[in-house]
Amino acid sequence: MTDRFATAFGKPHPALVTFVTGGDPTAEATAAILDALVEGGADVVELGMPFTDPMADGPAIQRANLRSLAAGTKTADIFSLASGFRSRHPDVPLVLMGYANPMTTRGADWFAAECKKAGVDGVICVDIPPEEDAELGPALRAAGVSLIRLATPTTDAARLPAVLEGSSGFLYYVSVAGVTGLQQAAQASINEAVARLKAASDIPVAVGFGVRTPEQAAQIGKVADGVVVGSAIIDIVAQHGNNAAGPVREFVASLKYAMLETSK
Amino acid sequence: MTLTNSLRTLPDDRGHFGQFGGRYVAETLMPLILDLEREYRAAKADPAFQAEFDDLLEHYVGRPSPLYFAPRLTEELGGAQVWFKRDELNHTGAHKINNCIGQILLAIRMGKTRIIAETGAGQHGVATATVCARFGLPCVIFMGATDVARQAPNVFRMKLLGAEVVPVTSGAATLKDAMNEALRDWVANVHDTFYIIGTAAGPHPYPELVRDFQSVIGREAREQMLSRTGRLPDLLVAAIGGGSNAIGLFHPFLDDPSVKMLGVEAAGHGLDKEHAASLAGGRPGILHGNKTYLLQDDDGQIIEGHSISAGLDYPGIGPEHSWLKEIGRVDYTSVTDSEALDAFQLLCRTEGIIPALEPSHAIAAVKKVAPTMPKDSIILANLCGRGDKDIFSVADHLGVSL
Repeated sequence: MTDRFATAFGKPHPALVTFVTGGDPTAEATAAILDALVEGGADVVELGMPFTDPMADGPAIQRANLRSLAAGTKTADIFSLASGFRSRHPDVPLVLMGYANPMTTRGADWFAAECKKAGVDGVICVDIPPEEDAELGPALRAAGVSLIRLATPTTDAARLPAVLEGSSGFLYYVSVAGVTGLQQAAQASINEAVARLKAASDIPVAVGFGVRTPEQAAQIGKVADGVVVGSAIIDIVAQHGNNAAGPVREFVASLKYAMLETSK
Repeated sequence: MTLTNSLRTLPDDRGHFGQFGGRYVAETLMPLILDLEREYRAAKADPAFQAEFDDLLEHYVGRPSPLYFAPRLTEELGGAQVWFKRDELNHTGAHKINNCIGQILLAIRMGKTRIIAETGAGQHGVATATVCARFGLPCVIFMGATDVARQAPNVFRMKLLGAEVVPVTSGAATLKDAMNEALRDWVANVHDTFYIIGTAAGPHPYPELVRDFQSVIGREAREQMLSRTGRLPDLLVAAIGGGSNAIGLFHPFLDDPSVKMLGVEAAGHGLDKEHAASLAGGRPGILHGNKTYLLQDDDGQIIEGHSISAGLDYPGIGPEHSWLKEIGRVDYTSVTDSEALDAFQLLCRTEGIIPALEPSHAIAAVKKVAPTMPKDSIILANLCGRGDKDIFSVADHLGVSL
């Protein structure tokens, strides 16, 4: 399954990684938005699992989580969105992103098996650091699903090997110490961090948090293997609701266009 | 049960109490949590740190707090002798200050220059604002907007003490959302900010260090009881929201097999309705950095707690309590809002003490259990806070307009 990641990160341009919260504003709307991401040119799609307490997220994604839950989104809906996506888009890597409690509440083996069945390639769990890997990592690896870890500005050289151990798919560099969607990191600090991460590992490095514009995406794409955009897309969903697919497609295409200009 | 090994050695070096506890935080916080653990180990072994802590507890907080035999309540209940550990007489009116003194000393030791905290009823916020004023550090308190509205006197106290109170409108705008917001602030300000968590929960080492700072309650009570009666109590009783006053009382007695313990959760409107009893009505899950019993639905979405007491109104519980429940060392029960209100009035009438609504839950449990015990047995309950802050909501519930 990691082949899809290899393809996505093996293109001549940096990979565009896009995030939306599943079930925001409804599960039906999300299916169309996921298609719009791919049509706009997303190379990797992250599907957020809503949670009542998204403590690593800024206001935009917090509200998206609550809108989704208010619409009645269940974990089963997220997996049916995932398997629908997989049948419509056999080649685009799909990542589930969310928090530990919804992922582990029926047991890690159950979650890993559902991921495999739905054609999910990787999982990002915000609140399971390497120290608690046993909670989810072994089950995912046994099911052949990548565990995508986060590295941050506070991940020092001493910790980095622990973060890389057992990581696969790609490494998600959280470019700011903070929550999603707010501040933007200085380009110099991103350059330095990506260089450090790439020196330590062969795994592709995607950079996210605070990336909102085509210009930023293109800048970061000059050094990173991938660029993650989330809150800016969520803002469009919040604005357009059930009619968000069109505007999302246009915005993603603008990101992609800027990044295509960038050769790695 | 036989106690061949000590029950007082946990958590293990990864912060686990059996399957509970741990460090479930975002990677950004992980290096800081590890730093805090290292610094706490060093402080624990440093006599100067301990001496400063003890000195502040004695001269600033007013410890040791009295151990009080309640004669008229005992007579009214007609069974076991009822004794109270009077932590409501502490500076700021609750046990919360014990922990805040310890944590601010740690913060200073770590060179942190800004303090944040979450608060529900406002007691922990007031205690944090107090120690920040005492040590001259800027203080930001996150408080659910719902709680800001219903705890106006404590909001004013915090502001008088120089704290900035940030109303949290995300989620359900109560304690758990205040904690989410504090974590978000922390993750964005890791370089200079220390997060003073108010209860024995959160990522390791918080459950351990909060317990250690609060264990002054149980250590004093054990000595006082031995010197006053020549024996240990038969039963300890304490209310539980996150569980810091309870673990502070219980922990020094865990290896005394003759001492039974009862933790009292908030049953709100009833366990079949809205409540805040995580052990009685929840199951293990992961929230706010630790694995513990949580109120949650089948998908692992967190369910809001409800209690008449804003201090018990939290959908989780400290991980050591989850472990003590599973191994059967501590019994846990729950009492409803109306039982707590009755107990609140009972203590006012019989002993001339206005308790907070949190320990009113413990008193309600004492009211049930004391009559079933012999007259020569001893119950020791933790009177962890005074009721000044609660008179408005009690009046409201009793249909009295002030």
